[in-house]
Amino acid sequence: MKTMTKLSTSIAAAALFVSLVPRPASAQVTKEMLLHPPADSWPTFFGDYSARRFSPLKEINSTNVQNLSLEWATRFTPGPAGTGVNIKSPALLVNGILYFTSPNNGWAADARTGRELWHYGYPPNTGNTNGNRGFGYYGNWLYMETPDGNLVCLNAADGKERWKVRITDAKLDYTTTAAPIVVGNHIIVGVGGDHLDNPGFIESVDPETGATQWKTNTTPRKGEPGIETWPDEYAAAHATGQTWIPGSYDPELNLYIFGTGNPNPVMAEQSRKGDNLYTCSILAINPDTGKIVWYYQATPHDTHDWDSTESVIMIDGVINGKPRKLVAQANRNGYFYVLDRTNGEHILTQPMIEGMNWNLGLNAKGQPIPNPAKYPKPDGALVLPASGGATSWVSASFSPETNLFYVGVSRTWSMYYQTDTDDHPEGYGGVDSSSGSEGGSLLAIDYRTGKAAWKHDWPGGGGASHMLTTAGHLLFTGNGNNIIAFDPANGKILWHAGLMAGPSNGMTTYMLDGRQHLLVGAGDSLYSFALNKPVR
Amino acid sequence: MRYLSTALLGVSLSAVFCITAAAQTGSGEKAAIAATEAALRASKEDAAQVTRGAKLFADNCAKCHGATAKGMTGKDNTDLVRSLYVLEDEKGILLTPPIKNGFPDKGMPSSNLTDAEIKDVAAWLRLQAYGAGHRVTYSFLDILTGDPKKGEAYFNGPGKCGTCHSATGDLKGIGNRYSPQQLQGHWLSPGGGRGGRGRGAAAAATSVGRATRTVTVTLPNGQTVSGPLDHIDDFNVALHDSTGAYRSFTRNGDVPKVAINDPLKVHVDMLKTYTDADIHNVTAYLVTLK
Repeated sequence: MKTMTKLSTSIAAAALFVSLVPRPASAQVTKEMLLHPPADSWPTFFGDYSARRFSPLKEINSTNVQNLSLEWATRFTPGPAGTGVNIKSPALLVNGILYFTSPNNGWAADARTGRELWHYGYPPNTGNTNGNRGFGYYGNWLYMETPDGNLVCLNAADGKERWKVRITDAKLDYTTTAAPIVVGNHIIVGVGGDHLDNPGFIESVDPETGATQWKTNTTPRKGEPGIETWPDEYAAAHATGQTWIPGSYDPELNLYIFGTGNPNPVMAEQSRKGDNLYTCSILAINPDTGKIVWYYQATPHDTHDWDSTESVIMIDGVINGKPRKLVAQANRNGYFYVLDRTNGEHILTQPMIEGMNWNLGLNAKGQPIPNPAKYPKPDGALVLPASGGATSWVSASFSPETNLFYVGVSRTWSMYYQTDTDDHPEGYGGVDSSSGSEGGSLLAIDYRTGKAAWKHDWPGGGGASHMLTTAGHLLFTGNGNNIIAFDPANGKILWHAGLMAGPSNGMTTYMLDGRQHLLVGAGDSLYSFALNKPVR
Repeated sequence: MRYLSTALLGVSLSAVFCITAAAQTGSGEKAAIAATEAALRASKEDAAQVTRGAKLFADNCAKCHGATAKGMTGKDNTDLVRSLYVLEDEKGILLTPPIKNGFPDKGMPSSNLTDAEIKDVAAWLRLQAYGAGHRVTYSFLDILTGDPKKGEAYFNGPGKCGTCHSATGDLKGIGNRYSPQQLQGHWLSPGGGRGGRGRGAAAAATSVGRATRTVTVTLPNGQTVSGPLDHIDDFNVALHDSTGAYRSFTRNGDVPKVAINDPLKVHVDMLKTYTDADIHNVTAYLVTLK
């Protein structure tokens, strides 16, 4: 079937729109590079496999950040699909060239100047364009999901399409927005979409051909472990549990660890009594086989649309005096979790915001016990947080220098209305209506206690925002249209710059020609910052 | 091609098969929501065609596919809402062969519906799929479950609503102006929340942008400037002063001093004190203020 796909790809190639190219030097992203990213690269979604978004660079640091200045800003224009540009993808950097995406669009640009080198415009289609979170990069090839359910492979040198394979059917309301992650010779792709009760899965494809290597359902089928957490196989098979944000990877354990989305029907739970594994869970899989090695369900039987797809960050830490291999996640449900990443053993659960009212405490494994009185109701149930969550998919950060985990949270209440009381509801089965916000904050959480060492309340509102920490004793994040540098130890603001839109991607940092740069995307533009050069 | 062809031959083809076991009950029979008027408008289906299709479906198809076409519980292949035949249909072109010919080997009989009737059924089916997949078209169920008398007592008692509001003053006739759901959203969150659908986090920005907030900026020299808040972040505060002029000030930590007055903040502060019963009772009471 893949051969057929490639045939159709060549037919579709007539519809491609690749602009003229000053051909850049061929760049190779190797397994070694992904395991140990050089200082002059950002070769994968999180920068490295740990998902910490901590850079060891320190040329830009807390003593000189006030001299951080704009080098260039470039606005990028969309292709024929007619989708406006909103850059949610981190810009990968390989051999001095930036690679980034927006739905239906991919670009390469010169990191020294911001000049566009090539543009890949995907043909018009009716797929969902709520986001595209970037390229995966393997060898000389780039991989991007398209709104209509395909994965395309592009030549990094010129943006020309090599092949296209079908991952899902967009007509079934699957969304394809995830950034592919490259582990060994596996291109790991995830999917989203929770309106039509689609089976959730994660898939690995061959980097050369796009052929499926393995595909793992995120909910069990008949006879499989976890099926006992569903009333029947039908409910489990249609329960979604999507995989729209990349995971982290531990090469020593050979575990790929990622979060799964909420169960379906989202707000009408009557047809899916039980914990609903493995929705709203952190899953560790073997990337060579797709086999689930361990799991931890952050929200059993979710009814509030709280995907557990937030970054799962690897921390090599110390708990009770003992070195531990950990993962931590700031979850949309309002809780912060720390697990042992060798086996999924629960270490701690702590609330990130005050006043949450949706659960009856925690069980022995640190899982919130849902309060049935706070399930969505026909006449409404008031719950903190709203369906958008206490936090969301945007990337958090962990600094091993401060031992703090940085995440943006909001304290927004919502009335959750069940709109489908049928025995067999479908889709959302309900809606929520915001009921007011107590505001938003930046939290610096000590992973050993789960408690905030400091917090910064945003005076004009705010919530989840991308985080980046560096060995230069800096924390970068966005609020409003500003990109802001904080002292990561105490929350003091050290620098900021106003952009033409709110920062919309995970900011990145790298060395280029011996100087450290900070790159951020905001809406349709990229901005490159560096320290002012001394006048000569 | 891979999934399309697989799906057509497999899952979704089977979605139009019919299980003929006689007395399937449950699932679609309780039909709490059929497609709503909102879905009809947004989907641009023809209302007359849909109305005819609804009756034809009920008479000819619902026995096996459920009243709302969502199939029978546990019977994946009777669910038409997520059938690719329906999701990809235009003008009945894709749906005509399976409806006309049935799948006798799978238990779905052929039908005597005319081509025009099949197009009507197809329009109705497309509307069901559209409605399920677009939550902005969902219709609210019974909001008015509260006790108006208890609501009135709460309004005048622990809710302290009477501190700012009066049933015979500012709220007079409010029950005429909003649907119960709009009213509930509006009184809970006067800055937003009216009839909103999904993704409540957006409210964080809404509440900040409320026009009711005022700010007083005290400059280092002691001068104060006050007026409606236009913008605030960590680096800037902007307002319209008493003459209506726009004023903008750079913020540097605590300089200048900034004091925001938000008369609606009490609505947010109260959220943590309400029970759901309080909310439903107050709404039931406000609806009576005609």
